[in-house]
Amino acid sequence: MIATWAQIGYLISAVCFIVALKALSSPRSARTGNLLGAAGAALAVVITFVAYKPDHLVPILIALLIGTVAGVVGSRRVQMTHMPQLVALFNGVGGGAAALVALIELGEVRDGQTIAAIATAFTILVGAISFSGSVVTFAKLQELMTTRPVTFPGLPVLFVAGLLGGIALSAWLVSDPRVWVGVLLCLVGLAVGVMLVLPVGGADVPIVISLLNAFTGLTVAAGGYVLGNSLLLIAGTLVGAAGTLLTKLMADAMGRSVFNILFGAVRGGSTLGAGTASERPVISGGAEDVAILLGYAQRVIIVPGYGLAVAQAQHTLRDLVEELQGRGVKVDYAIHPVAGRMPGHMNVLLAEAQVPYDQLREMDEINGDFKSADVALVVGANDVVNPAARNSPSAPIYGMPILNADEAQRVIFLKRSMRPGFAGIENELLYDPRTTLLFGDARDSLTKLLAAVKNV
Amino acid sequence: MTETIALLTIFVLAAFVGVEVISKVSSTLHTPLMSGANAIHGVILVGAIIVTGQADSALVVAVGLLAVVLATVNMVGGFVVTDRMLQMFRGPAGRKKELHK
Repeated sequence: MIATWAQIGYLISAVCFIVALKALSSPRSARTGNLLGAAGAALAVVITFVAYKPDHLVPILIALLIGTVAGVVGSRRVQMTHMPQLVALFNGVGGGAAALVALIELGEVRDGQTIAAIATAFTILVGAISFSGSVVTFAKLQELMTTRPVTFPGLPVLFVAGLLGGIALSAWLVSDPRVWVGVLLCLVGLAVGVMLVLPVGGADVPIVISLLNAFTGLTVAAGGYVLGNSLLLIAGTLVGAAGTLLTKLMADAMGRSVFNILFGAVRGGSTLGAGTASERPVISGGAEDVAILLGYAQRVIIVPGYGLAVAQAQHTLRDLVEELQGRGVKVDYAIHPVAGRMPGHMNVLLAEAQVPYDQLREMDEINGDFKSADVALVVGANDVVNPAARNSPSAPIYGMPILNADEAQRVIFLKRSMRPGFAGIENELLYDPRTTLLFGDARDSLTKLLAAVKNV
Repeated sequence: MTETIALLTIFVLAAFVGVEVISKVSSTLHTPLMSGANAIHGVILVGAIIVTGQADSALVVAVGLLAVVLATVNMVGGFVVTDRMLQMFRGPAGRKKELHK
């Protein structure tokens, strides 16, 4: 048992975390909330050093320094477009750390401490799942491997076998806490984590990150139970509960169920789309043609997507919008909840380009406006305006709410190529006679467009 | 057994708090919120320090130190990257201030 003052200090940290989460759910207070969370975490670490007086102080401090440098450098250097995979990676190492802590604690679990033993087994298994799952997620988002669902015959059998094996090993561990059983459990967890994420398609990966985030939270909570540390228990449970709800909110925004996302491909659904560019005719135009459409429109709705972010074209887009507004065109940005690679990602990217909030309109708010829009300008987006989500029940994105760009008088796509979107399916809207395509890198196209609009 | 019940009580109550505090979040903030929550579970660092500090064998110390490094990356990196995301969310007022400088 540690000193009372330390317990109270931990309680203050826990309150910091609760207030931080609360503040993070409102734009006004979010940044303060995050800083408060960081302060709570720093306080907890200082208390731990003073209250537990750990041996091996110098090596621990060196390890802290290494971790801090790696964390700061990683998060400062990363481009905003690559942020989702960084979050996945941070989540994975957290899960890994929890599993390692539990493995060490295994030596301390005595006979008769059944609940502690169960919590230890849980932490090892789920921490390992979270670690390897996050690594696969990272590889998918970084496009180190295919973003398509990966399945092979026997994967479901192997997955269930792995899961049952994990449960059996956990039971063994509870009755007889031996370290080598724990190591075996950890290995099984790693394999299960890989098999859990492999069949998930690229577009659904963000939801998996959120789910694994909740998993890691729960492992930290279980670790807190094992160590009898109330702070870890509270913080882990908070993240586990909030993460689970967040996962559901994200899945709802895509019109999918979490179960379907995880196991859709395994059940032999048609998650694999056409995938290749087809040879059907499309109407493509030059920047001047498109500039005329835009310059003489009264109402333009812009649908930004990941392609915009990859080309780092947010600023050019804002310049174009300002030019159009100067000509009296009413322009809004229609933000799909999952535009970019994560819910809210596009808001972050456009805010970076200093696009005013009030021009960013959420899907439900703007979907009725497309009917009265002269032009829908789709910049580097694809799946979020794909009518297949509405019309073709066999499409993997069927049921996902989309932006009704197809209801606008004219649709303009700025695209690099005819390559299908992240979900790997074809978009009928590209072949619509009202659609004009402007091929090229989003930034080049927008720069040309801007010049052309000025001359119209 | 009372300690078990106390911990269980904390667990259940914290679960409700966790759901409650984020139930009204707009989709705009899903990403920073996930990232912030991700940083918070980096407090497993506390656990990593405790077990490493009590370790006797060199192997256990090594594993513990690895856990310390990983947990620190999670915690520090998580908070820093969340702050970077949220820097972008300045309101119009904050942006004007910037322009005046």
